[in-house]
Amino acid sequence: MTAAMLNRFRGGRSAVLRTLAPWALPLVLLIAWEIMARSGLIESRLLPAPSAVFAAFWESLWNGTLLTHTAISTERAFKGLLIGGGIGFVLGVLCGISRPAETMFDSSMQMLRNVPHLAIIPLVIMWFGIGEEAKIFLVAIGSAFPIYLNTFHGIRTVDSGLIEMARVYGLGRFALYWRVILPGAMPSILVGLRYALGIMWLTLIVAETISASSGIGYMTMNAREFLQTDIVVLGIIVYALLGKLADSATRALESKALAWHPAYQATERTTG
Amino acid sequence: MNMSAAISPVRTDIREPQSKHPSKAQSIVIDGMSKSFGDRRVLSDIDLAIPAGQFVAIVGRSGCGKSTLLRLIAGLDQATAGKIIVGDRTVESLQPSTRLLFQDARLLPWQRVIGNVGIARHDGWRKAAAVALEDVGLADRANDWPAVLSGGQRQRVALARALVSDPGVLLLDEPFGALDALTRGEMHRLLERIWQEHGFTTVLITHDVSEALRLADRVIVLRDQGVALDVQVELPRSRRDIGDAATMTLRSRILAEV
Repeated sequence: MTAAMLNRFRGGRSAVLRTLAPWALPLVLLIAWEIMARSGLIESRLLPAPSAVFAAFWESLWNGTLLTHTAISTERAFKGLLIGGGIGFVLGVLCGISRPAETMFDSSMQMLRNVPHLAIIPLVIMWFGIGEEAKIFLVAIGSAFPIYLNTFHGIRTVDSGLIEMARVYGLGRFALYWRVILPGAMPSILVGLRYALGIMWLTLIVAETISASSGIGYMTMNAREFLQTDIVVLGIIVYALLGKLADSATRALESKALAWHPAYQATERTTG
Repeated sequence: MNMSAAISPVRTDIREPQSKHPSKAQSIVIDGMSKSFGDRRVLSDIDLAIPAGQFVAIVGRSGCGKSTLLRLIAGLDQATAGKIIVGDRTVESLQPSTRLLFQDARLLPWQRVIGNVGIARHDGWRKAAAVALEDVGLADRANDWPAVLSGGQRQRVALARALVSDPGVLLLDEPFGALDALTRGEMHRLLERIWQEHGFTTVLITHDVSEALRLADRVIVLRDQGVALDVQVELPRSRRDIGDAATMTLRSRILAEV
């Protein structure tokens, strides 16, 4: 076996190891949990065994409740993000490119931003009851600010040298915004989007747990009343997976939209 | 080369497709021009006449106002007093026939090379951009991102971007200052060839006297807010090695004034 072959063999094995290594710890924990649950060390009413959670998953998948609740939660999340993120983006662009708009809106936005949006839940329930509007409203409020802040900041920190160059080369106002300022702000805007996604799920979990008649949050709260701990744990896992999925989608969007960026031009790296 | 055309014909159709050799170089006349920033006077009562097609190098210490002078000619800043006439028009704002090369290439990182060259996106830009890239020897890099280019290549892309619109005046603000000596030599040859082909009026800002003597028809030294020296460089092109007696004399004359 030549040295090169040996290296390739080692390289191949280390690549497999690199892919598997992040999963080792969760797997060990899962097995330990299963063993402890089965041996009665952990009472199953407090924390069900992973196999029980899986059984619950299987059952709710087949009777359709899981998909129904997940679909409803996802719909709420993205409606709220679309409304809130849209408002945040428009205001961010407006304040970024116009000083009068900044004077008018920015200090108000900064003030509102510092109110923990979950603190207004009682008010929101009084306004909207426990209907869809309440949840969408809360998600919208939560996700508007990170997108506003990062869009505003992104636009303000576009390299002024590039703007000057664009003027020298005769770019009109629209072309300047569309081809220089917006792409320049894009890395920052996408960071804002990722923040907003995190807040979106968090807000939704809280809102659905407190006041809802459908959705993953309702499913877990309902299960709590019947001491169906396996369903509660399942709900938590579904939230984790949805969050992870949204984050992966943003990463994919980033590597597509920022293909020009040196940080995204490195050789393919799996970031999990 | 274009000494006979002291005043160039008026051309307003600046967006027409690239027409090479018939030069539309423009003359530059600076008339009693001063520039102050607040209380600080940078340039004082400057008079200069640059015939169309001439290659002028402006030399001076850093902070002597040479970049300011270039920005004024480009129309990026306004003079405090006096006026600048490019072609037949007084410069009041940015001129579509004047192009500026900055110290850094200032390429849009999110546009591929070809998109940067054709940044103005006028009709038929893609073809004109490809021609300009060919001209600077980067035809094969058209679809690369600027981030993967070397410093010299980036400046060549910036040069191609300036050439696309077939400028009457090309202003260069120390564009080769950050490059290594070998690359700088390459860029000198490239710029000289392109200037000879296109015939635009060129104003090069530099602190490097050798660079000025290598390229320019005329060297102007700026000092104490004004013109300290204004000499013609009548050496045959291309000036690869500048070790002869005449050059050395000129060189020490310029260095004495800087």
